[in-house]
Amino acid sequence: MEKNFDVIVIGSGHNGLVNACYLQKAGLNVLVLEKNDWIGGAAVSRELHPGILYSNCSYVCSLFRPEIMRDLELPKHGLQIVAIEGGTVFTRDGDYLASYRNYQAKKRELERFSVKDSESYSRYSRDILKQCRFIQPLLMRTAPDPASFKFRDLSEMLYLLRKVNDLTASELADTIRFWTMSISDFLDEYFENEVIKASLAVSGIIGTALGPMSPGTAYVLLHHYMGEVDGSIGAWGYARGGMGAISKALTSSFRAMGGTLLNNSEVEKVDIRGARVRGVILKNGDEYLARNVVSNADVKRTFLKLTDPEHLPPNFIKKVNNFKIRGSSGKVNIALDSMPKFPGVSDNNPCLKGDIHFTDSIERMERAYDDWKMGTWSRDPFLDMMIPTLTDPTMAPPGKHFMSCFVQYCPPKVGGKNWTKENKDAFGETVIQQIADYSPGFKDKILHMEVRTPKELEEEVGLTEGNIFQGELTFDQLLFNRPIPGYAQYRSPIKGLYMCGSSTHPGGGVMGAPGRNAAVEILKDLNLPDSDIRDAYEVL
Amino acid sequence: MIQSKEKKDRDTTFTKPLFRSPFYDFFAAQETEGQWYNWNGYKSPTILSDEELEYFSIRSTCSVFDITPLNKYRIVGPQAEDFLNKLTVRDVTKQNVATVKYTLWCDQEGFVIDDGTLFRISDNDFRLCSQEKHLPWLIDASHGFDVEIIDETKHICGISLQGPTAASILRLLGVNGIDNLKPFHLFQTKISNAPIMISRTGFTGDLGYEIFMKNNVANKIIERVWKAGSNHGLTAIGYNALNMARIEAGFIVANIDFISSDHAIRPNRCRRPDDLGLGWLVDLNKGFFNGKKAILNSKLEDSSAFKIYALEIDGKEPVEGSIIYYNKKDEVGTVTSAIWSPMTKKSIALAQLKLGSSKSNMENLWVEIYSLKELQYYKLMKKVSIVKPPFINLARRSACPPANY
Repeated sequence: MEKNFDVIVIGSGHNGLVNACYLQKAGLNVLVLEKNDWIGGAAVSRELHPGILYSNCSYVCSLFRPEIMRDLELPKHGLQIVAIEGGTVFTRDGDYLASYRNYQAKKRELERFSVKDSESYSRYSRDILKQCRFIQPLLMRTAPDPASFKFRDLSEMLYLLRKVNDLTASELADTIRFWTMSISDFLDEYFENEVIKASLAVSGIIGTALGPMSPGTAYVLLHHYMGEVDGSIGAWGYARGGMGAISKALTSSFRAMGGTLLNNSEVEKVDIRGARVRGVILKNGDEYLARNVVSNADVKRTFLKLTDPEHLPPNFIKKVNNFKIRGSSGKVNIALDSMPKFPGVSDNNPCLKGDIHFTDSIERMERAYDDWKMGTWSRDPFLDMMIPTLTDPTMAPPGKHFMSCFVQYCPPKVGGKNWTKENKDAFGETVIQQIADYSPGFKDKILHMEVRTPKELEEEVGLTEGNIFQGELTFDQLLFNRPIPGYAQYRSPIKGLYMCGSSTHPGGGVMGAPGRNAAVEILKDLNLPDSDIRDAYEVL
Repeated sequence: MIQSKEKKDRDTTFTKPLFRSPFYDFFAAQETEGQWYNWNGYKSPTILSDEELEYFSIRSTCSVFDITPLNKYRIVGPQAEDFLNKLTVRDVTKQNVATVKYTLWCDQEGFVIDDGTLFRISDNDFRLCSQEKHLPWLIDASHGFDVEIIDETKHICGISLQGPTAASILRLLGVNGIDNLKPFHLFQTKISNAPIMISRTGFTGDLGYEIFMKNNVANKIIERVWKAGSNHGLTAIGYNALNMARIEAGFIVANIDFISSDHAIRPNRCRRPDDLGLGWLVDLNKGFFNGKKAILNSKLEDSSAFKIYALEIDGKEPVEGSIIYYNKKDEVGTVTSAIWSPMTKKSIALAQLKLGSSKSNMENLWVEIYSLKELQYYKLMKKVSIVKPPFINLARRSACPPANY
């Protein structure tokens, strides 16, 4: 087996694979090392019950950039994203608020709860769209270093300032408010109905160790919406074959270009000699050499575990230590013998084909967050539940189903102590009970269940504290401050060591932009052309 | 365990997302080669049988068009007049009871949110009709006023009778007072004991009336009207026919000829009343109204904004969506509405153009047309002249009493 490569990528998460593909495509000889038996990090589908394919971690494709799919020919390698038809929030009074793809149906459903809010929804969508138009072009560009006087930083700062300058005074005020306010306050400016607000607040808290009333959550909503408002059909939906289909297509594209990918190869250390990278050393003692190493792991894992501290400035280590990466969510994956019944909903109602929630007020979400602050999982958790097998025929035999439950809030430690098996079972039971409250006979349909607390997410996937975004999406950790001021351009203090995970700009979600942007920077350092990397499409 | 509610009508939300007006069955029965569209959440006809014949009924006999999907807001209370005076740009204190005024309202930056018609039913009772929805805006803007705002859209329905024989049909229906009803006036009366409100208004530039009523009398009224019109060429029409008539009349439509500031995503799409050619509506002598300061300030600026113009174009090709050039090379704007006008025998259009104030820019304008002939486009450059709207001016529109046919 060859031991010498141009670039080694640590971790086969979607960003690692995107990065590896672009570098291989540019003519470099790239090796990807994956610690697990399976490929894909948190974009993975495994058959944990015979015949039923899971989306074990991430469960919906909302942000994956169409430019990347096209550059890397992912459709040719089998990737297909299919549209989601609806969504619903069940309410405690036995009703539900559905959302539908059909705009008129969606507005009409809102009207059932509030005529005024149904009308306000247009203004709300417009304002979100305005913000997305401003922020979305920044996703596929390296954030400028405001303290640098390099030509490209100055010109990127200028680009940012021009964009700011294009805003009217009131828009600028709105933008700044948007980046700092809570999702609850933001929604209050448009809506009066609690259920409607709860249904919209969801995107503001997913993956974030903040409550809907915490400042900064309005931006998180924007981050989730960006894929949805993209306007390019098929950008938002289910990956056919589960989220692992994305990793599969990336792997296939990478190998077709001649790249090398090894699983069961956990990196122990980045080998650093004389302030520059020499390669990596695996847990099993194997060594691979490369003058460039790219870490798909989060910033804490990369610099506190994989890199010896002697090579890093103390200030840097301190900042990495203080990077906010608090785990806030768990995942319960369920194989079902048949479709669960929700008596209030007709069988032909498409609202079950999307995200299903049981939290009908912001107050309940905030109380769920209170439990997390007290160091335990929420007694009345917030579930983002999906049954992709209602849409995707490839994941389960006809009539059988896979159900994905994203659960918030769930702390990295329980009362300051490590998770025990009893804790984990009780957490799973809390989730199951909430579903069963709305779906009689639910428990009898369960064939198999995978419960993942932040502990499993950290141990199995490698996400520190189980944080799905590799670091929270608060304004202090965004743009040129992500992950750390001065190191927002995918480079590290060590020559030849790069980052490409969601810890970097523009952040989490199965987006691929960090991996792509890192590839641009690496090619720049190697004086290689990046002409095969497409610029971002125009927004709207 | 949560007890589920009955499914009942909740399913219609997704099985039949478009509302049906109380007149839906009547219009659907007139359909031979129908096309339908979503007008403000209602399933509405674009064409029922023949677009051109439907249009000619407006100009030659009489048309009936379902205006139920219009947004209808009832504004009642001791301070209704004060509130509307703050909301809209015209002086509402000068609007007499039993009249209708065309008006518009702006945001605080003086950009037009929408235009519409304001019916003064009594001293403290108004109805505001508009193309776009504004309930949150009306409620927010009414803060501190002793008024009640009721969205009547789903409870009040309406038809529009437009065309030279419209008055005769109403006479046959026994509507007294039609002869004395002047344009932009209204009165309450009954047809077959069913109460209606009738106004001499419309969107066609022709003789015409709008009739509003409660949903429960809709069937009875439309039946009577249809019968009364049987010898007067009464024809049910869809939106396309109406659209032809309204372009000839030079009327603009929100989010077709201009973007409502409520919808605009790009700030440079917003328009002030002057830009829409509707500066004459704005009463700068009255007290505070929303957008007044910004409108006053904008008058001091050298206006370089896009404005709406009425255009006549050489040749017979319709120019919908075309780009207008100065001196055949500099882009100055886009056509927003256009037809071949059967009444004037001209190709006419409404367009947003950025011409500045210089007179000379108004000449030497050209429109680029891609004319499709058997799968091949022919690129044409046609001369454009700016004209003063409306494109047609019909004496019968305002004749009082209207002629009897």
